[in-house]
Amino acid sequence: MKFKAMTAVAALLVAAPMLGMADEEAELVVNGEIEMVTKTDAPAHLEGALPEIMSGWRFRSDETQQTQMDDFDNPGMIFVDQAQAVWDTAEGSEGKSCASCHNDVEAMEGVRAVYPKWNEEAGEVRTLAMQINDCRETQMGAEPWKYDGSDMTAMEALISVQSRGMPVNVAIDGPAQSVWEQGKEMYYTRYGQLELSCANCHEDNYGNMIRADHLSQGQINGFPVYRLKNTKLNSSHARFKGCIRDTRAETFSPGSPEFVALELYVASRGNGLSVEAPSVRN
Amino acid sequence: MMRWIAAAIVSGAPVLAAAETVAPADVTYDDYGSVEQSLTGTPGDAANGAAIVGNKKAGNCVACHQLDALSDVPFQGEIGPMLDGAGDRWSEAELRGIVANSKMTFEGSMMPSYYKTSGYIRPGDGFTGKAGSEPLPPLLDAQQIEDIVAFLVTLKE
Ligand code: HEC
Ligand code: HEC
Repeated sequence: MKFKAMTAVAALLVAAPMLGMADEEAELVVNGEIEMVTKTDAPAHLEGALPEIMSGWRFRSDETQQTQMDDFDNPGMIFVDQAQAVWDTAEGSEGKSCASCHNDVEAMEGVRAVYPKWNEEAGEVRTLAMQINDCRETQMGAEPWKYDGSDMTAMEALISVQSRGMPVNVAIDGPAQSVWEQGKEMYYTRYGQLELSCANCHEDNYGNMIRADHLSQGQINGFPVYRLKNTKLNSSHARFKGCIRDTRAETFSPGSPEFVALELYVASRGNGLSVEAPSVRN
Repeated sequence: MMRWIAAAIVSGAPVLAAAETVAPADVTYDDYGSVEQSLTGTPGDAANGAAIVGNKKAGNCVACHQLDALSDVPFQGEIGPMLDGAGDRWSEAELRGIVANSKMTFEGSMMPSYYKTSGYIRPGDGFTGKAGSEPLPPLLDAQQIEDIVAFLVTLKE
């Protein structure tokens, strides 16, 4: 069976607020074999803030949910295939490919789950995108990719796929802690003329409708996500940028230190959910 | 991307103020957040107020509130209370205060302040994502707020 068939039945029994609305009780199994944790106890650092954490997948319509249940239906997988070819392609002055140093991409198993992550040598918290560009520049002698461009999101998706089903487990203590604190402060800051924080929408109101949008917890365990709306993979920083801009605020740039901090913090709110990328959203 | 809470129709240029218009910085709120004095001296137009409440590009109050009076407007939000009966629960002065700056009535409210122009964190230039400079144009102008208030007082159960 491709997915748990309870979905349809449950939708009829529960007083569904709107037609085609998300079934927040559905379970996600990809390709009939990867069982995703889309709802679990909140990590200790969220005590008092959230009782349980839920993947954005739970808040999407039945149709969008299904698109993510099988790789043949998931348009995001096309980009994963493209990145697989790039993985093996030599580029830059050193004539190296990703595979020259890392062999099979399967070696990336577990990586997505722990990023963003403190890099001791560089003395900084690194996102996966930063690490990819560091490899390109330092190891391959190649040009860095645009931080949230399509080459980058595809490579991030390929690397994420190697960790699908594994629990997100980013470290928030030790040298990463001050960056994490910065991200946390941002999460609760009411930016812009609408004076709205991430928490206003994604902590206080998840499950509620805001106009035509069903608010999720704003988790990033499924990123990069394929959006049916713009038919490409989207990075978490692009999403952050859109959400802050829509509070009528001056936003931050993808790859900025502020968004790196916010990514670390938001990722940590999903500690315990499965790595899902590439997820599908409307 | 989403634009949950719409842009005011006011353009960048400040609306030419009629003689009696109270500027955003000069509005007097009492201890409970009410505003006694009309912002314009011109009686509000309830029908126009209803249009602003339901219009995505104006007040877009329905992004967060449901109300039966506008049942023809699709996709009403669930963030704030139902507005049905608001005219029974609140006086005209209280409603004016809630719409102009809800935070004076409900401390820490998620509801945006529609007649406030400064004191923001990283204020933007509308929905461009670029920096804006304070004072910003208010989300709604004084007469739009009077029109909304005139509509809200009609919401009786
Ligand atoms: C006024 C409401 C609002 C605010 C404020 C807001 N968001 Fe969102 N956000 C949304 C809506 C609506 C969506 C699309 C539906 C959903 O997934 O919740 C969304 C989606 C997201 C997603 C995608 C989730 C997924 O599973 O696809 C992330 C991540 C996110 N927001 C993070 C943030 C962060 C971080 C902030 C603060 C910097 C923020 N949001 C502020 C309304 C908001
Ligand atoms: C982003 C969400 C949001 C938007 C947009 C919004 N409101 Fe509200 N509103 C709220 C919330 C939340 C409350 C409840 C007060 C509280 O505890 O913060 C509220 C309370 C109210 C109340 C008091 C309700 C009662 O009956 O007790 C009125 C009246 C009201 N709003 C009118 C409006 C009008 C008119 C607009 C548009 C011009 C508007 N709101 C836009 C969130 C919103």
